Amino acid sequence: MSQVKMTVNGKEMSGDVEGRTLLSQFLRDTLGLTGTHVGCDTSQCGACVVHVDGQAVKSCAMLAMEADGAEVATIEGQAAPDGTLNTIQQAFQDHHGLQCGFCTPGMVMSTAALLKENPKPSEAEIRDYLEGNLCRCTGYHNIVKAILAASGQDVSALAAE
Amino acid sequence: MYNFEFEKPASIADAVAALGDEDAQALGGGQTLIPTLKQRLASPSKLVSLTGISEMQGICMDDDGRVCIGGASTHAAVAEGASAYPALAALAGGIGDPAVRARGTIGGSLANNDPAACYPAAVLASGATIFTNAREIAADDYFQGMFTTALDEGEIVTEIKFPVPEAANYQKFEQPASRFAMVGVFVAKFADGVRVAVTGASEDGVFRWAEAEAALSANFSADALADMAPAADGMIADLHGTSEYRAHLVGVMTRRAVAAAS
Repeated sequence: MSQVKMTVNGKEMSGDVEGRTLLSQFLRDTLGLTGTHVGCDTSQCGACVVHVDGQAVKSCAMLAMEADGAEVATIEGQAAPDGTLNTIQQAFQDHHGLQCGFCTPGMVMSTAALLKENPKPSEAEIRDYLEGNLCRCTGYHNIVKAILAASGQDVSALAAE
Repeated sequence: MYNFEFEKPASIADAVAALGDEDAQALGGGQTLIPTLKQRLASPSKLVSLTGISEMQGICMDDDGRVCIGGASTHAAVAEGASAYPALAALAGGIGDPAVRARGTIGGSLANNDPAACYPAAVLASGATIFTNAREIAADDYFQGMFTTALDEGEIVTEIKFPVPEAANYQKFEQPASRFAMVGVFVAKFADGVRVAVTGASEDGVFRWAEAEAALSANFSADALADMAPAADGMIADLHGTSEYRAHLVGVMTRRAVAAAS
């Protein structure tokens, strides 16, 4: 076992890990941050997306030791401390951008990365960016709508659900 | 996944030393290796991460006008930084998805030589040179069949140098589930001829399509390839497509690449 330290949602965190411990396991099992979901564990579904040093990554395809010393952001750090949802989360709620909600943490974290790179993405750019985030409820339509709304764009052009 | 030790050296020399241990294995971005370890298809005693080596990061131009890319550069870094070679930047920006591109590296992709990976097509079609900790290897000598390269045990891809063609384009027909290339074709037109490299299609991994290169060197137009396709012998056949289907796709994707490049 080795100790890793990282800043998670602005707080210093540390814990003991094995070489094989995945970042997703460290976040969920060691730190108790179970908002990061593990859907497929084969790096296909994107439910486990977190940010490492500002970039969206699949935490099930990264070793915890690779994130030693990094800045990590997870879904738990997205809302304000009093529980007020951030713009993206609020847009997902307003536009029914989730059904069962399992994929939502990854969707929100991918969206945050997208909007940082491209503050006003087109529908096509949104769909392209979310290629690695799967929604088993097939809720993509409202997810796209929520992201358009979160980026301050008119959603009326998108056909009604 | 079986357990292993983990090391993250800061220099190529330290990485080479760490890889000298029995059953040690280099780790690039891990986007292929970590899933492979989860399936217990590999059981290294030690993983040596190459992502902390600053001398293997970054993109620049050398005095010969070649685009030089550090082996630990991510696909996202190449997509953004290789603007001097737009077809290469576009290829990098089309690998996997954004989260995969943020971790996966060019050196990792080339060391693995997946028969459906994108980078081998760019490297072979460009006639790029692969630099390792020990030597330089011409692309024509580097790829030696599915998941097989000229690399020795413990040898690290430190840098790749790409001559920039006059015109180039990469066209990928994605396998709809994995989004890897079912067939991908990279066409590169240089002053002294055209090179065409095909990934995804052959049981021998990436290959150059000599007939198309000859036809395009004489006349760089999609019409020069009318109805041409390589032989179906030796093409991959699986539930996604027969070998005849893949051979046909090679012709189609090559024509599309030429049309887009010209």
